[in-house]
Amino acid sequence: MRNLTALIFAAGLSFLLLVLTGQFLLGQAPMLAGSAILDEAARELGAANLVTSVVLGYRAIDTLGEIAILFTAASATSLVLSSLNPPKAARRDDYHGGLILQHSVALFFPLLLVLGLYIVLHGHLTPGGGFQGGVILAAAFFLPLLAVPGRGIRHHGIALIEGFSGAAFIIIGIMALLKGQAFLQPLFEQGQMGSLLSGSSLPLLYIALGLKVGAELAGLLANLADIHDPREDSAA
Amino acid sequence: MIYLALLLVAIMLVAAIATLILPGRVSAIAAASVVSLALSVLFVLLQAPDVALTEAVVGSGLSTIILALALRRINRLLQHSGAEDA
Repeated sequence: MRNLTALIFAAGLSFLLLVLTGQFLLGQAPMLAGSAILDEAARELGAANLVTSVVLGYRAIDTLGEIAILFTAASATSLVLSSLNPPKAARRDDYHGGLILQHSVALFFPLLLVLGLYIVLHGHLTPGGGFQGGVILAAAFFLPLLAVPGRGIRHHGIALIEGFSGAAFIIIGIMALLKGQAFLQPLFEQGQMGSLLSGSSLPLLYIALGLKVGAELAGLLANLADIHDPREDSAA
Repeated sequence: MIYLALLLVAIMLVAAIATLILPGRVSAIAAASVVSLALSVLFVLLQAPDVALTEAVVGSGLSTIILALALRRINRLLQHSGAEDA
């Protein structure tokens, strides 16, 4: 009976999807927005990476929505996880990650840090940007925790970084409003295309985004791995 | 070029099926990350480096870590509730 229900549901869903996709003329419609962005983006924003000029220029409010969704998801996860904490006696704080993990973490931490910062800072020039670089930064800071969980993580510091970088993103947008432009419209001169200081305020937005994503995900991973603030533990 | 793409698709299919039928949960998670890894190489072939980077970082890196950590947590919770039930 249950299988039959699932089958009927799947058939109905695929029928709906077929009807929907049958109505689209994929790739044939007059894709005005796409071709207009392709024509104008390099001149209007001066960012060598076209994807960045879409993500932070033409669709910046979508990006703001994305980080809002990420923030909501991370908050909800930490809320659920904090109510599911096993009793303190059950935690194994003295657990160590073993020789290979500890030494490869010492080797990889600086490399991951440089790679993450490079991808964030060069988001307007080369593929990548705040999201990807932020995830790499989060991984870089999570690895040492995996090797020595007893060291703990300062959730206050993470929340501070996250809050300030999220506020910076919105403040950059509001500064554009104060200048009489649209919200999140680029602020400065474009600069020489392809140099590090180009693409108007897009690099600043990507730095804020990278820090926010990195801090959020590092906190989320630490919560999931049951790693706590050592000071909170000693207080409690 | 087309053969490389076909090879990648074959790897993805094998890894996806392996995710379904592998007995161990950790190995299923590893197989799921292989799907993302092959997919990110496919994105590079299709000249979408941005998407490829995202897929490699989020799909095969972050989600694998999250799945593995969640698995560890679930096991620990089960151990606790099992001890109480018994």
